Amino acid sequence: MLIPVLFGMTLITFSIVHLIPGNPAQVILGETATQEAINNLEENMGLNKPYFVQYGIYIQDLLQGDLGTSLRSKTDIAQEIWPYIAATLELTFFAMIFAVFVGTNAGIISAWKQNSLFDYVAMLIALVGVSMPIFWLGLMEQWVFSQELGWLPATGRENSRDPIEPITYFYVLDALLQLDFSRAITVLKHLILPSIALGTIPMAIIARMTRSSMLEVMKSDYIRTVEAKGAGQFIIVYKHALKNAVIPVLTVIGLQTGVLLGGAILTETIFGWPGIGRYVFDAISFRDYPVIQSGILVVAFFFVIINLIVDLLYTYIDPRIKY
Amino acid sequence: MSKRVLDINELHTHFFTDKGEIPAVDGVSLNVSEGEIVGVVGESGSGKSVTSLSVMQLIPNPPGKIVSGEIMFKGRDLVQTSLKQMKKIRGNEIAMIFQEPMTSLNPLFTIGNQLIEAIRIHNKMGKGEARQKAVELLEQVGIPRANDIVDEYPHQLSGGMRQRVMIAMAMSCRPDLLIADEPTTALDVTIQAQILDLMRQLNRDLNMAILLITHDLGVIAEICDRVVVMYAGQVVEEGTTREILKDPQQPYTKGLIRSLPDMKAKNQKLYSIPGTVPKPKVDMVGCRFAPRCEYAFDRCFAESPPLYHIGDNRTSRCFLNERDQREVASHDETVIKG
Ligand SMILES: Nc1ncnc2c1ncn2[C@@H]1O[C@H](COP(=O)(O)OP(=O)(O)O)[C@@H](O)[C@H]1O
Ligand code: SF4
Ligand SMILES: [Mg+2]
Repeated sequence: MLIPVLFGMTLITFSIVHLIPGNPAQVILGETATQEAINNLEENMGLNKPYFVQYGIYIQDLLQGDLGTSLRSKTDIAQEIWPYIAATLELTFFAMIFAVFVGTNAGIISAWKQNSLFDYVAMLIALVGVSMPIFWLGLMEQWVFSQELGWLPATGRENSRDPIEPITYFYVLDALLQLDFSRAITVLKHLILPSIALGTIPMAIIARMTRSSMLEVMKSDYIRTVEAKGAGQFIIVYKHALKNAVIPVLTVIGLQTGVLLGGAILTETIFGWPGIGRYVFDAISFRDYPVIQSGILVVAFFFVIINLIVDLLYTYIDPRIKY
Repeated sequence: MSKRVLDINELHTHFFTDKGEIPAVDGVSLNVSEGEIVGVVGESGSGKSVTSLSVMQLIPNPPGKIVSGEIMFKGRDLVQTSLKQMKKIRGNEIAMIFQEPMTSLNPLFTIGNQLIEAIRIHNKMGKGEARQKAVELLEQVGIPRANDIVDEYPHQLSGGMRQRVMIAMAMSCRPDLLIADEPTTALDVTIQAQILDLMRQLNRDLNMAILLITHDLGVIAEICDRVVVMYAGQVVEEGTTREILKDPQQPYTKGLIRSLPDMKAKNQKLYSIPGTVPKPKVDMVGCRFAPRCEYAFDRCFAESPPLYHIGDNRTSRCFLNERDQREVASHDETVIKG
């Protein structure tokens, strides 16, 4: 599964450069480029070779961890891309922690206390949450919690006057590795607002999915069996029902994580978050095609990894599924 | 006479749906004594499951609710019992098994996990000890390789084996009463016989009362001491298995018996009562069986017959029994003026 999907992705990213109408080198260099410059670039990038040879070289480079060179910064993409990836992964991770924790619990309690006040309020919030424009939510958060109340920083990953010593570029982890708890807290504070902005839509989707899945499961025969045993509500809901109900929710969690990874540009822009979305977005305005290619490929790679993790979780939860 | 374990009196369990109120159980009375196996029989939709779930206080609410009546169990009325007390009774003093052994066990937990849970809800016992007990229970219900099966998942077992697991689970706390709702319906004939044998054996060995619910008179004939026949939410006839099978009074019971496959007359076309069970409504006029009854006469469409007591623990809901007659009018004398 993993291999063919990634292979397909390389075809797509490879095609990006060649699907652009006109001569890629011309497009990259712009209208005013001289013929000589174009020839040079074609020579450098191997653009004058047949497509399949170019693709072969591309794959060969990729397998060696070579993502090419940025046209703008002239540095190895493989070297400069990691901090951006780490920033996005960290933000996605915390956004999903928020989304999964709040979403599943709201869904569980809503289903458990169906038609209660909690249920109505939670589902109203979920309904609003799904249709909430991220930029609006982000700006509101900044206005209330940063500008007015001054509780949380509005932008960035850390206090730029007191930067962290990066090891993995996952700043929370880095701070903890250095046993630097005050910096860890600073970094966490920076994560709160963007995580909520980014996590709200998945949270709302997960809440609704969990609720409907729980309601479905609660009707099943084995739940009646557990009730007939004399079990309490907690065992019924959190042991028997939840484990069954979480299976369809897992799919949604996986998909939403992927969506966040790829679609965080808006949030990253609002919150000045130096993530992969910003990296690619900036590259677009500079026609930095190798960077665009690599950015998309990296996101696709993590998308596939997440799906793999979800599949593994299925087999862990459900003994009927075997690969 | 031995002590009554369960005594249901004038039970009314209704469902309040968009389409109106459904009196699914409409004034049902029945009882089960110590060590007795009582069958409740009737076509699908006659209110048997709702009756049994009412005893366990497991009617889904909404839309269902016990509107009136009492369910006396060992001297206390379960209708008035708090949920907290009810949890102590469920699975401990009254156990229940269901029709679908395929779906009645949680697919995501091992047999052992679910058995141990049943044991530990009502008994203070360490995990290891409970596991030992679980294996013993599995052996007791005739499961081979109990030591391995305990770690397997429901989908790895056959339907018959799963129903044995359900029975083992029900037996885990030595209940006074076992309610079995169509326990063999989903199983094929040989397995069905084995499960019935097992239930009879447990009934004898542990002196455990059983309320056996089924739509199949054949199953009743196999193991029940007494029979309660239900139709459209009401009891229509009651008596010992012998009486019911040999000398049925109410026309519906007769129809059920006629539709039993006859072992002697092979290749004969099976009889079945024409029509279907009507959905119970609040203001039904006349005998509920009248539209399908070959004995029906004018009065049957105008009045509802009460349950006539025609002997010791012997009742029938049919105008033809009004004068407590032992013999029902033969076919050509059907029309009797009330
Ligand atoms: N959850 C429910 N909601 C509405 N009506 C129900 C529900 N459960 C049972 N009923 C009603 O009760 C009637 C009797 O059902 P049931 O006791 O399951 O019949 P049986 O077990 O004899 O086949 C059904 O015809 C149906 O109208
Ligand atoms: S009362 Fe009338 S309709 Fe009802 S069972 Fe008796 S004869 Fe048939
Ligand atoms: Mg039923």
